[in-house]
Amino acid sequence: MDLNEYLKLVISDYTLRTITLGTAILGTVTGMLGSFAVLRKQSLLGDAISHAALPGIAIAFLITGVKDSNVLLLGALISGLIGTFWIRNIITKTHLKSDTALGLILSLFFGFGMLLLTFIQKQPNANQAGLDNYLFGQASTLLESDVWLMTIVTSICLLIILVFWKEFKILLFDADYTKTLGFNTKIIDILITSFIVIAIVLGLQSVGVILMSAMLLAPAAAARQWTNSLSNMVILSAIFGATSGVIGTAVSASQNNLSTGPVIVIVASIFVLFSFVFSPKRGLIFKRIRFIKNRRNLKLQKTLAFMHDIAKTHKDISHPHTVKILNNFQGYTRSSLKKLVDKNYVVLHNKNMWSLTDEGFHTAANLYNQLKNNNE
Amino acid sequence: MNSAQLEIQLIAALVAIACAIPGTFLVLRKMAMISDAISHSILPGIVIGFFITHNLNSPLLIFLAAFTGVLTVFLVEYIQKTGLVKKDTAIGLVFPALFSIGVIMIAKHANDVHLDVDAVLLGEIAFAPLDRLHISGVDVGPKALWVIGSILITTLILLFLFFKELKISTFDAGLTASLGFSPVILHYGLMTVSSITTVGAFDAVGAILVVALMIAPAAAAYLITLDLKKMLVLAIIIGIGSAISGYWLAHALDASISGSITTILGLVFLLVYLFAPKKGVIAVYFREKQQRIEVSLLTFLLHLNNHNEIEERHVNHLNEHINWQKIRAKTVLNLALQNNMITIDKDIVSLTKKGVKFTTQAIDYIITNEDSKIEHMKADFFLFRG
Repeated sequence: MDLNEYLKLVISDYTLRTITLGTAILGTVTGMLGSFAVLRKQSLLGDAISHAALPGIAIAFLITGVKDSNVLLLGALISGLIGTFWIRNIITKTHLKSDTALGLILSLFFGFGMLLLTFIQKQPNANQAGLDNYLFGQASTLLESDVWLMTIVTSICLLIILVFWKEFKILLFDADYTKTLGFNTKIIDILITSFIVIAIVLGLQSVGVILMSAMLLAPAAAARQWTNSLSNMVILSAIFGATSGVIGTAVSASQNNLSTGPVIVIVASIFVLFSFVFSPKRGLIFKRIRFIKNRRNLKLQKTLAFMHDIAKTHKDISHPHTVKILNNFQGYTRSSLKKLVDKNYVVLHNKNMWSLTDEGFHTAANLYNQLKNNNE
Repeated sequence: MNSAQLEIQLIAALVAIACAIPGTFLVLRKMAMISDAISHSILPGIVIGFFITHNLNSPLLIFLAAFTGVLTVFLVEYIQKTGLVKKDTAIGLVFPALFSIGVIMIAKHANDVHLDVDAVLLGEIAFAPLDRLHISGVDVGPKALWVIGSILITTLILLFLFFKELKISTFDAGLTASLGFSPVILHYGLMTVSSITTVGAFDAVGAILVVALMIAPAAAAYLITLDLKKMLVLAIIIGIGSAISGYWLAHALDASISGSITTILGLVFLLVYLFAPKKGVIAVYFREKQQRIEVSLLTFLLHLNNHNEIEERHVNHLNEHINWQKIRAKTVLNLALQNNMITIDKDIVSLTKKGVKFTTQAIDYIITNEDSKIEHMKADFFLFRG
């Protein structure tokens, strides 16, 4: 199936259209909110919340007995919020560290959820099948109404983020300063955390409990590599999230037996890997290239400084010296000498004699001053 | 209770012990989330191992999966070292990616493989007694029992051999290095043991719930004691207790055994979290309340010490002057009276000798703010204890 056919299918086929839209919107909202989670060093909170949501789904089903996704997600939301609240309490009230608190809530809630799920499966109720779809998500169960719900929640999130942009931003980077300015940091904090919980809960149906945290982190971590501005990061992260959703859906739709969640996560991880390696400012390749460039530059400067040391002992700076005396010196190579000639710092006579030009002498004399100036 | 039930409980108890030991160190080293990451990311290792051996209990599979676990730790640390993202983000990026690879591998080969994600994630200890190990035709018990038993024995031997080193490196990595032990080797050793334990236990309790058995007993024990040996013993006891009572809960509810064990662990942790004698939430609440009153008392005594005027020392005036509510003022007054710090004569409060002495010492402490100053006061007065 080529791309054109697939695009036609997306437009004509109800299920595929719903899933594509759903995962795209989901990617957008998790990408946006994920930026905040990553910058607040709450990356793993998402993992804990998504696991903690499982018992909520089961209890909501036990109480209502219907498999309406809105009701189940409400249960997930409540249980996720309880989990978050408990994590905060453990961290503030006891000497247990945040990682222990996260791991505890994650595993305990998840285990309790599993107990309830297996308990439900033994009940004589034909309606229960498919509850375990929430483990890995089953994007094909998305309905148009679910997509509408996602759209509405995403718009509200977007609105709140725009309205409280200044507060969110300042809290991210300097919490103490925010407090001294008179903002109620607790409320802003709760607002952000609640939205993160909501975003996670929205994704449970299509990506599932276990992999939802990656949807939150991966787009944001990828976006972080390309920019240092918060607004750009949020926008980029939303784009990455949406793209991974769409591509992931396409890949999983074109194959049999492939649940959407893991594929989306893999696509998002590829984005991260690509960003880690190729981002121009922070990426590993360009970092390496800059490193090598700096080292070469330093060697060049070392050679120049050495030449200057020799030249300044003579009255006439353009007095030629043999190339041989440079040979003992580490920074010297034939190419570095050629580069110095190209830069018009050095003149070669008969290929084995060199002398500094006026410009070269001046540059060499001010080499360290320049460094100092550059640093300032 | 038939022999199968006994065997299940035995396996569950052994898993609990095997998990509690590395779990204690993970909690103390602030690496609890690493165990979560390992438990997820061993999945591709298990799947590849299963493709090769077609046997969930084969040693090769366990080593391959444990290798994936150590690889996870290595990847997390590598990403962290590049400085591109923080450590927790690195954890959160690595394990979902590896886990997804595992899930996709299972999905692509689901037809010809007797392995599904549910089994790996949740385990089914109830079937463990059915898969038996035969040595030269003699039935020597369930395979899972032998697997987890040998892992446990190895862990115990390593624990006894390297207890001192582990202890030092947990609390002071710098000192360990300067004493000539390599913190890196100890670190990766612990990670290897955790990975192997996770792999050995996933068959019984499921990969994710291993995390609960590692973290919850250790965290609960940590709230009760600050002594490493006691903590290890307590964690093991809590683990065994939860494993066995969890089995009976599952029996009663006819639900997943691993889920029940985790639920019991959750309840145990909740109880300890609320009622632990010193670190529990309730104890902390009362201690903070007590400290608030004691600080108020000190403020009150200082106020008395500063004023000789009768109107400043009148009982009614105090309420207004230090801006306390009536009840609080009364509690503080009573406390001071009980400790013979003050006398009240016709509603005029004055300091006793003991009160004056106490106040002077308190001022000394506030001015110098040195712990040595109050060392002897801890015994004399109630304020500075703890």
